[in-house]
Amino acid sequence: MLKELFTKTKTKPKKYATIPSKAAKQDVPEGIMTKCPNCKKILYTKELNKNYKVCTQCEYHFQMNSAERINSFLDFESFRELDREMVSGNPLDFPGYEEKLEQDRKKTGLNEAVVTGIGTVKGYEAAIAIMDAHFRMGSMGSVVGEKITRAIEKADELSIPFIIFTASGGARMQEGVLSLMQMAKTSVALKRFSDHGGLIISVMTHPTTGGVSASFASLGDYNFAEPGALIGFAGRRIIEQTIREELPEDFQTAEFLLKQGQLDAVISRVDMKEKIAAILDIHQPGGTFEWQEN
Amino acid sequence: MAGELEFEKPVVELRKKISELKEYMKNTDVDLTSEIDKLEARLQKLETEIYGNMKPWERVQIARHPNRPTTLEYISLLFTDFFECHGDRTFGDDEAIVGGIAKFHGYPITVIGHQRGKDTKENIRRNFGMPHPEGYRKALRLMKQAEKFRRPIISFIDTKGAYPGKAAEERGQSEAIARNLFEMAGLRVPVICVVIGEGGSGGALALGVGNYIHMLENSTYSVISPEGAAALLWKDSSLAKKAAETMKITAPDLKGLGIIDEIIPEVKGGAHKDLQQQAKYIDKILIDSMSKLQVLDEETLLNQRYEKYKRIGEFSFPTERIGVK
Repeated sequence: MLKELFTKTKTKPKKYATIPSKAAKQDVPEGIMTKCPNCKKILYTKELNKNYKVCTQCEYHFQMNSAERINSFLDFESFRELDREMVSGNPLDFPGYEEKLEQDRKKTGLNEAVVTGIGTVKGYEAAIAIMDAHFRMGSMGSVVGEKITRAIEKADELSIPFIIFTASGGARMQEGVLSLMQMAKTSVALKRFSDHGGLIISVMTHPTTGGVSASFASLGDYNFAEPGALIGFAGRRIIEQTIREELPEDFQTAEFLLKQGQLDAVISRVDMKEKIAAILDIHQPGGTFEWQEN
Repeated sequence: MAGELEFEKPVVELRKKISELKEYMKNTDVDLTSEIDKLEARLQKLETEIYGNMKPWERVQIARHPNRPTTLEYISLLFTDFFECHGDRTFGDDEAIVGGIAKFHGYPITVIGHQRGKDTKENIRRNFGMPHPEGYRKALRLMKQAEKFRRPIISFIDTKGAYPGKAAEERGQSEAIARNLFEMAGLRVPVICVVIGEGGSGGALALGVGNYIHMLENSTYSVISPEGAAALLWKDSSLAKKAAETMKITAPDLKGLGIIDEIIPEVKGGAHKDLQQQAKYIDKILIDSMSKLQVLDEETLLNQRYEKYKRIGEFSFPTERIGVK
């Protein structure tokens, strides 16, 4: 037994679906055609975009950025953004952090990894937070925590539901323990909102990991996920190294989590607006029960 | 028709004869109208005789009928906008219990219930409607959610019982059932329970602490299955029929004992003979219960539930019996 610890394992070098490679793929300027990484079908980019960036052949969900999400999920021109100008400091004087932020600002046109605001879904008003994995991997620093907290407070103030689309690699290393504390900050805000009867809907999109999955992403009255999304606390590689076992193929996918009792439902992006609007409808402050024909 | 039970054979045979005669009349010139009328009158009498005085064991057979309508079938007919919610957020998603949000005549409610399968494949997936602890914990999660959003809860009871398995014990089957009884007692929203098939012991009761408990006419509710009772009491499970009669497990029995509120009538021969009509009968009673409960404030609602259970049981003090104060 002890010997095994010191012998070199002869397994082949494993291929991990690392997140940066996928993000990098997105950076390639899009042409007329896009190849589905799952079923390898060549798709018309235009057609793909029209289908909410869901492969028409195999229903693979391509990553969306926050602007695409707003356009596809909210009613036309209903979105009013909050705290757009809020930017991060460099609290630990972390070398190179400011440059990296600047780089991503240029690349994405965003100031941070989350966009928050008020909008309507088929007429139902809600406070919305949409994380964008194209900015620093959607990692959570002080600004992400603060913007989400403010959006929750706004929902509380206006007595409207709070909906969050998560996409994050986890905590933002360059902000150290301040980043960790954003988990507590957002959770504290959600608890107060919930105690006031506020409705929380969390939609986990690819990828939702680390500190984000271990805070607001999992605290919805309804927890949903998009098909195939990677959702988990610790990374696959770390778990495999710790337990020295190969993990099942579907480990930490949305479907896996549904089976493990963590999600209310896995919802295809194509149906997302319809289904969430139906839930918002059921949660409209109502009158009393009166008999009427169904 | 498939799935006829032994005791209804005379009805089935007579009905067959009538349709044969009708067929014969169509193909020939012979006029048999008066004979058919006579037979139909006899059929009516026979039906009332057989279905009107069903023995407990016959009701057990109807409650267990493979075609007996399930929770999801009633949900689709009674409610609109049903959205199923999965998982206990801890261990798994137990498909032996289903639940979610829906609208009842336009009014938001939460609905939960045991769910049997309609065929072998589905039954394996749903463990024949016998829940594990995660099923009860999912139900409780949804009931707590209903309480937060002030939605009434409607629960459908239909299980042979909580699953007696190793894994279920390891994960705390007893605790899960107990927790539900405890928490359901304190829910600050109306809770209406309807036994639609078999009400099997603690596994049924774990969805069954409510302001009203109604039972379909041919459903059963018992501390143990007739077979189990016979095995325990008389060491012979073939005496199940006798046990069914002794144990007082039918809807009229429970009404007599003051445990349930209303007996919901069933269509002749059992709910499976006409699902649409059966749903209408249930709809009527749900409307009635909802209307009565929604006018109560929280405190009255909780007290009503408390008193309902406080009343159940029969006991006396020896002094009372001999009339001494």
